Amino acid sequence: MQADIRTGRLSAAEIEANFSDMHAPLKRAEALVEADRCYFCFDAPCTTACPTDINIPGFIQKIRSNNIKGSAYTILSENIMGGMCSRVCPTEVLCEEVCVRTTLEGQPVRIGLLQRYATDSIIADKLQLFERGLASGKRVAVVGGGPASLSCAHRLATLGHQVTVLNSAGKLGGLNEYGIAAYKTVNNFAQSEVDYILDIGGIDVRNGQSLGTDFSLADLREEYDAVFLGFGLGGVNELRLENDRAEGIVDAVEYIASLRQADSKIELPVGRHVLVIGGGMTAIDVAVQSKQLGAEDVTIVYRRGPDQMGASEFEQNFAQTSGVRIRHWLAPASLKMDGERVSGVRFDYTRLDESGKLQTTGDSCEMDADIVFKAIGQQVLWDSLGDTGESLKVIHGRISANDDRKTSLSDVWAGGDCILGGEDLTVAAVQDGKVAAMGIDRFLRATE
Amino acid sequence: MADLSSEFLGIKSPNPFWLASAPPTDKAYNVNRAFEAGWGGAVWKTLGEDPPVVNVNGPRYATNFGNDRRVIGFNNIELITDRPLSVNLEEMRQIKRDWPDRALVASVMLPMEEDVWARLVPMIEDTGADAFELNFGCPHGMSERGMGAAVGQVPEYIQMAAEWCKKYASIPVIVKLTPNVTSILPPARAAKAAGADGVSLINTINSIMRVDYDSLTMYPSTDGMGSHGGYCGPGAKPIALHMIAEIARTVDTADIPISGIGGITDWRDAVDHLALGAQNVQICTAVMVYGFKIIDDLTDGLSNFLDEKGMTRVSDLVGVAVPSVTDWQYLNLNHIEKASIDQNLCIACGRCHVVCEDVSHQAITHTIDGERKFEVIDEECVGCNLCASICPVDGCITMQAMTSGTDPRTGKAIVSEKADWTTHPNNPMRVK
Repeated sequence: MQADIRTGRLSAAEIEANFSDMHAPLKRAEALVEADRCYFCFDAPCTTACPTDINIPGFIQKIRSNNIKGSAYTILSENIMGGMCSRVCPTEVLCEEVCVRTTLEGQPVRIGLLQRYATDSIIADKLQLFERGLASGKRVAVVGGGPASLSCAHRLATLGHQVTVLNSAGKLGGLNEYGIAAYKTVNNFAQSEVDYILDIGGIDVRNGQSLGTDFSLADLREEYDAVFLGFGLGGVNELRLENDRAEGIVDAVEYIASLRQADSKIELPVGRHVLVIGGGMTAIDVAVQSKQLGAEDVTIVYRRGPDQMGASEFEQNFAQTSGVRIRHWLAPASLKMDGERVSGVRFDYTRLDESGKLQTTGDSCEMDADIVFKAIGQQVLWDSLGDTGESLKVIHGRISANDDRKTSLSDVWAGGDCILGGEDLTVAAVQDGKVAAMGIDRFLRATE
Repeated sequence: MADLSSEFLGIKSPNPFWLASAPPTDKAYNVNRAFEAGWGGAVWKTLGEDPPVVNVNGPRYATNFGNDRRVIGFNNIELITDRPLSVNLEEMRQIKRDWPDRALVASVMLPMEEDVWARLVPMIEDTGADAFELNFGCPHGMSERGMGAAVGQVPEYIQMAAEWCKKYASIPVIVKLTPNVTSILPPARAAKAAGADGVSLINTINSIMRVDYDSLTMYPSTDGMGSHGGYCGPGAKPIALHMIAEIARTVDTADIPISGIGGITDWRDAVDHLALGAQNVQICTAVMVYGFKIIDDLTDGLSNFLDEKGMTRVSDLVGVAVPSVTDWQYLNLNHIEKASIDQNLCIACGRCHVVCEDVSHQAITHTIDGERKFEVIDEECVGCNLCASICPVDGCITMQAMTSGTDPRTGKAIVSEKADWTTHPNNPMRVK
């Protein structure tokens, strides 16, 4: 059987409709009514639930009074990527989950959409709300171009430090630019946000510069007063099956990146029958986007149950209503091959034993596929980072950092997905960068 | 089902809901639509002496909005009718002929010259109108010409004009009172002294809605300039209720029949007016906002309410709450209440805590045993009702009276005897 993978399964108009804004932004009238629903809680649970501590009732109150500039400042001063977070945060398990309106009537204030309302026009109009701090004379190197690094760089600039961002990719933004599903960030918002962040000044960007190849951590420590590492996860976990690098086995992260960077989505090759192995956001994103590019059937296969999936319930529902099938309690056992190509996957049925350990039941099944996406987690590619891994404390493959996001080295901080406890969330990475910047600032001022 | 038919000064109407003298009663066309919808009566848009007044061609109305653009308050600078007297009289005559069971009242505003009253009052009465209502309340425009509120603010003028109207009219005369006075009692007494049959209140309140945030001029403006207008709508109701209750509970004015006006939108607002002493009610703003169809809820809601209370007619409700209105000095200082938070209804927003903490008596917790929990501290609670007043959940915070034991705040025993300020030891003027 010939693998059915081709471009142009849908018309350009269909693709455009499928990749339009996932949640339409609120109009002014809607925003005012929604803002009016906020009770302005004491010690607000939503703020407590926000990894970046945004004063949520405060910014909502400013929407009510039409003080949009003030509202955006309340958000962005805690989370400079408040615009992107309003699009990608799993609010249903963060701020909105604990909204007292949920207790009252099962419908939280739509905080994410209000946050987007408050920040959209500020970013679109390039209304700069921040200024560079008085020059400290200190220089900080930031490794990586994602949310943690940009958040750190921006906060350092507001504190007066000169920042150099060393980014291995061709563009800044990290997963915001290369990883998030296209329908969550339409109209090139990720780059608009990057531009807004850089507009403060004092941040020198060097793209295409890779740690371990173009420079070493030792070089940076020599040249700069402090270093922040936010290089994320460079590698995708393997299926660990025979032929797991065969044709037809595709890295989901890479496919999503190519989709985000494609000038025309209609030119992307799409399989007719698609299998996605994994249970996190990457699995959802690649599955839904495959469906929206015209795949006939897309199945996510996860070795545990819905409650253990990394993707939130909302995301699981979204995938299912987008036409994606989710199968649980199936672990990949072997790959079916058609010559050099993969043509399907054989799965073992699984269950939890009394001690809560995952076991196979002895039953198995097969599913055919033109493409098998692996979306089973990522890891730091230490081999590519030179001696970085040997020079600082690493636990379970991730950098160990304290509450200030300081590593085992006195002048090196780290944040985002590459540190131990990294939560795989934009908002958590932004907080890491912010907290690290404040720690770096204290360090630099103490050594003056 | 309760009987909603109403009688005010002997004027019968199928229900106690009249349209107040205002834009909705400016023309036969509107009044016809109102009566078709079921309104009990209409006080025609105020008539004046020809030539008619002229209105500005800029904005007449402005709104005090809630966030959802819900109308909280409203104001206007429209004058009395700007149509010739003869046109209005002809239409009134036709309306009364077409709707004999509905109340039709002629609102009038005439100069302070007896001969004008002598000439026009019989002419207006000839339309078949059931009563006169003297507009002594209009706070803008007409008052600058020595009419409307300019008369209503001087009891002697009220009496003079009302006497003229009584002298030349054979139908009842209602005096409409302005709230733009320090006490409503002298104008009410003046109306009574003139022999007026009843009073209606309140007319609109002097107001400026806001400024225009772009031009920084007052809003609304006509060619860059604005003038204060009359405020009305839901936000005005408490002011109206106070003034109605004052007349209804004061010995020498208590016998004056009252037509209640001010902020009535639904039947509950009407219950407020009626229970505090009004015999019927007049409505304008609510129909300016929603149209005449609100009469369905007004009649239906009032009827159901009367049934629920075991009352058979509207008059059963009139004035029932008046005896509960008194002066502060007579409130029972021995009565102790404490707020109580129903933990099953509490959504833990914490607003009660923060307001009690910031502006009141630090009597509500925010954490108990490490958990977010809001409970009243009886040792600190003075029973002020602030928490219950701002709690977003209906019925979650209630005030509970203490009937025995000691007040944990003061350590004093709860006693059943009443004691008020007039005898309180701290009162230097106390009755000894």
